[in-house]
Amino acid sequence: MRPMPWLHCLRGVVGRELLRFLHQRSRFLAALVRPLVWLFVFATGFRMALGVAMTEPYQTYILYEVYIVPGLVGMIQLFNGMQSSLSMVYDREMGSMRVLLVSPFPRWYLLVCKLLASTLVSVVQVYVFLAIAWVYGIQAPALGYFYLLPALLVTGFMVGALGLLLSSLIRQLENFAGVMNFVIFPMFFLSSALYPLWRIREGSYLVYQIAALNPFTHAVEMIRFALYERFNAEAVTISVTVAAVLLALAILGYNPSRGMMARKGG
Amino acid sequence: MSEVPGETAPALEVDGLSFAYDAKPVLEALSLAIAAGEFVVLLGPNGAGKTTLFSLITRLHDAPRGEIRIGGFDVRRQAVQAHARIGVVFQQPTLDPDLSVAQNLAYHGALHGMSRREADSRAEAQLVRIGLAEQRRTRVRRLSGGQRRRVEIARGLMHTPRLLLLDEPTVGLDIASRRDLVEHAHQLCAEEGVAVLWATHLIDEVRPGDRVLVLHRGRLLADGPADALGERLGVDSLGEAFDRLVGEERA
Repeated sequence: MRPMPWLHCLRGVVGRELLRFLHQRSRFLAALVRPLVWLFVFATGFRMALGVAMTEPYQTYILYEVYIVPGLVGMIQLFNGMQSSLSMVYDREMGSMRVLLVSPFPRWYLLVCKLLASTLVSVVQVYVFLAIAWVYGIQAPALGYFYLLPALLVTGFMVGALGLLLSSLIRQLENFAGVMNFVIFPMFFLSSALYPLWRIREGSYLVYQIAALNPFTHAVEMIRFALYERFNAEAVTISVTVAAVLLALAILGYNPSRGMMARKGG
Repeated sequence: MSEVPGETAPALEVDGLSFAYDAKPVLEALSLAIAAGEFVVLLGPNGAGKTTLFSLITRLHDAPRGEIRIGGFDVRRQAVQAHARIGVVFQQPTLDPDLSVAQNLAYHGALHGMSRREADSRAEAQLVRIGLAEQRRTRVRRLSGGQRRRVEIARGLMHTPRLLLLDEPTVGLDIASRRDLVEHAHQLCAEEGVAVLWATHLIDEVRPGDRVLVLHRGRLLADGPADALGERLGVDSLGEAFDRLVGEERA
């Protein structure tokens, strides 16, 4: 096929996802309220207990709210990625997934388009969140907001592909509560999103080791460094590699018949 | 893109198709062919394997034994060409209720690699044909069940397929809408030259001259014009013929 039809397909999938997102104001609101509650309530409360000493990439002593923002950016993407990937396989999106998969384009390409679309939705959410944080007084250098974009794309693909892979592998993850308990919360809490690694190490060496292995830690650090105009080669390498591997596995493992036959034999 | 098989190939050929789900056979050695522009009813009770057959044709399920060709193109080896020649109306509604009619159709056009302009002009032509051009900006949520089905058929025809699959398209419609839809599908064959495979378990949707395939427990029990089927079995109506066929199978 010539290149133009491929671009039309991509434009169609991304355009539809953004349109749907605009129509679902409650979903948008929920996606924003979650990190804002963490920022305004949790971080404010912990400010006293948890001052963060000078640590890279920050150039001065920072308040806890400042530290937690990149982690919350990761959280927005984690929730969005899981939500949209799971709904790709189960229930509500079932019908639209069929429409997508009967397109003549190869399945891997359709899945990549779909993951990119949901990633872009999370990018919109992230920038709105950062705008509110900016007004609140948490301001990163201007260029940082620009460098952040590629980092968000990598993280979006990573968590979206993970969601897709999990939903093809584990039948019990059908409901979102299960995913929250067994995937989102462990990934988020056992990472550098809430505390720096060195601080976790002081608390528990075991938790530190888990957090250091957690790919979400590296995604958060990639986001943190990018937002402060720095390039963390280690975090970027690990994040890109993990995203690529998960994407490949998700495409290989994706089986559209899962969940469909169970619903309707006819 | 190779167009070798040409326009003379049957719209659909199924050859020795078998499929099992969790070791339970759903389709057994199914073979059938549908000519270009032909209207065919796939009649079978719930659980006969109709939806499974459609899922295999559209490759939502994979790795069956046997072959499926659309307009001469194998759905596995020449998936791109085969898919480009199929239009589908699924049993469950698949229009996005929050988007407008035009937005839904534009999305479908993009999925078939059409530019926005091309998709818009094709969508417009289809909407005019089904008499819903005025509703192009209406959200799908506000359409009636019958209108939604017609939009789904219009969507399935936008890329001018050789074969249109309809999986129990009248589910949830009132009697008048059902009649309209059956009439509409017959017109498509006559006017657009597209072959239609209409799956249903409702005998009153079959017209005397229609070719009927009776599917039961994954096997094809009969294939022929509806009126001839009753004659062959020595009964007065298609309903009795159907009961006889399915009943024999049960006994």
